[in-house]
Amino acid sequence: MKKQGLLALNSLIVLACLLGLWQAVVSFNHVPVYILPGPLVVAHALAERYPSLLNSLLITTEEAVGGLVASIVVGVAVAMLFAQWRGLRQLFYPYTILLQTVPIVALAPPIILWAGAGILSVTIVTFIICLAPIIANTTQGLISVDANLIDLFLMYKATPAQILFKLRLPNALPNLFTGIRISAGISVIGALTGELFAGSTRVGEGGLGYAITYANNQMETSYMFALVLAATVLGFAFFFIVMFLEWLALHNWHESSRAAAAE
Amino acid sequence: MVTVVNKAVAEISIEGVSKRFRNAAVALEGISLTVERGEFVTFLGPSGCGKSTLLKLVSGLSPVSDGRVLVNGMTPVNARDLMSFIFQDATLLPWRTVEQNVGLGMQLEHAARNLRTERVGKMLELVGLGHVAKRYPRQLSGGMKMRASIARALVSRPRILLMDEPFAALDEMTRDRLNEELLRLYSEQKWTVLFVTHSVAEAVFLSTRIVILAAHPGRVAHTIDVDLPWPRTAETRESKVFEEQVTWTSRLLRGVYQG
Repeated sequence: MKKQGLLALNSLIVLACLLGLWQAVVSFNHVPVYILPGPLVVAHALAERYPSLLNSLLITTEEAVGGLVASIVVGVAVAMLFAQWRGLRQLFYPYTILLQTVPIVALAPPIILWAGAGILSVTIVTFIICLAPIIANTTQGLISVDANLIDLFLMYKATPAQILFKLRLPNALPNLFTGIRISAGISVIGALTGELFAGSTRVGEGGLGYAITYANNQMETSYMFALVLAATVLGFAFFFIVMFLEWLALHNWHESSRAAAAE
Repeated sequence: MVTVVNKAVAEISIEGVSKRFRNAAVALEGISLTVERGEFVTFLGPSGCGKSTLLKLVSGLSPVSDGRVLVNGMTPVNARDLMSFIFQDATLLPWRTVEQNVGLGMQLEHAARNLRTERVGKMLELVGLGHVAKRYPRQLSGGMKMRASIARALVSRPRILLMDEPFAALDEMTRDRLNEELLRLYSEQKWTVLFVTHSVAEAVFLSTRIVILAAHPGRVAHTIDVDLPWPRTAETRESKVFEEQVTWTSRLLRGVYQG
C-alpha cells in the first residue's frame, strides 16, 4: 500500500513537470493562443465554460455506455449461440471479423442516413465497433472448457442448460472481461468518431466529438484543448471502472486478476 | 430417478469389448472381465494400453465399438447414478469454494439446500477438509485438491468408483497417506472400485485384483489376485509379503513392456 502511494506521488510529479514544460515552451516562445494554448489558459477555459463542457461530456458518456452495454448484451447472447451450435459458429463466426475490419469512419454516414443525426446514431456506431471483441473473446471462453469438466457434468446427468450456465459461462468470465476492457477503450473513440459526423441536432450543442470540431471551427483553441482533455479523462475512467469490476468479479479465484492487483 | 439395484448380476460385466477411434487406431481389443461387488480392481500397463479408455467405456462417457458393458445389469449411461468418476486432475471449478465444489452434483440434481449443506459438511469432515470449506481451489495444495475431488465423488454416495490415476500428480508421501485413507473408507463403505495407475506399489497396496493390460491393441495380459491381508496400513508396505507381491507384479509388467 505504501509502495502504491509512492508510485502515485511519483506519477503526479511527472505530470506536474510535463505541464510546467508545456507552459514554459508556450511562454518563452510567445506562441499565439490560437495555435497552442498553455495549460493555464486551458484551465481557464475549462473553468469558464464548465457547464457546456459537462453537458458534452454527459452526452458522450451516455452514447459510449449505451453502445458498450448493448454490445455486451448482444455479444454474450451471440457467443452463447455460437458455443451451443458448432455449425452456426462455423457459418457466422468469420463474419464477426468483418465487424472489426469495417472502417468506423466509413460506417458512420450510412447509419446517420438510416437513424438520423443525434445520440441514437452515435450509440449504434459505438455498439457496432464494440461488438466484435465481446463476441470473439466470450466465444473463446465458452468453448475452451476442460474436457474432463464436461465429462464430470455428464456423469451428474447435467442438462445442456446446466452445462452452459454453471460451467461454460463462469469459465468464460475472464475472457468476457478481456473483451469488455478492449471494447470500453474503443467505445469512447467510437462515440467521438460518430459525433464528428452526427454529433448534434442543434447548432453548438452536442457530445465531445461534435464540440471539438465546433470549437476548432470557431478558433476557440483553448476550449478545444479542454474538451480533448475531458475526452482523455473519460477514456481513462472507463478503463479503471472496467478494471475494478473485473477485480470484483474475479479476484477470489482467477490468477490474472490477482496478478494485476499485485502489480 | 431411483435406480433399481439388481443383486443377482455382476456389478460390472465387460463382454468382448473393443474400442476403435475415428482415426482407426485400436485402443482395446476383445476385453472380457467380470467385477463382483466390493472388488478393488486396478489396471496396470504401458501407455497406450487403453486403461483410461476402459474407464470411459464403463462410465458410458465413450461408446464401445464392439461387445457390451453392463453395470449392475444396465447400460453404463443408465447406471450413472451408481457411479462416480475421479479424474487425474482434481477438476475442481475454480470459481466455486471447496464446499460449493463438493456440493456440485447435489446442486445439479436439485437436492434440497439443507440436505446438501449437511452432507457436504459431513463429507468434508470425513476427508479432513472441514477447515477449508470456504476456500477456493487455488488456495489449496495438490493433496487437498484431490481430497476435495474425492469428497465430491463420495457425497453422491456411489456404489462404484472409477478412478483414473487420481494420485499421479502428488508427491509420494501424500500419495501413500491418501491411499491409506482411501482404503479406510473403502473398508467402511464397500464400494466396487476400478482404479488406473502406473505405480506397481500403489496397485498392490490397494487392490484385491490387478489386471495387467498390454498395448497395441489394448488387451488383458495377466490377472493377479492380490494376496495381502486386511486391514492394510502403512506397516503393510514394510512386510515381506507386500514386497514379494510387488516384485512378482513388476516382473509380469516388465514382460508386457518388453512385448
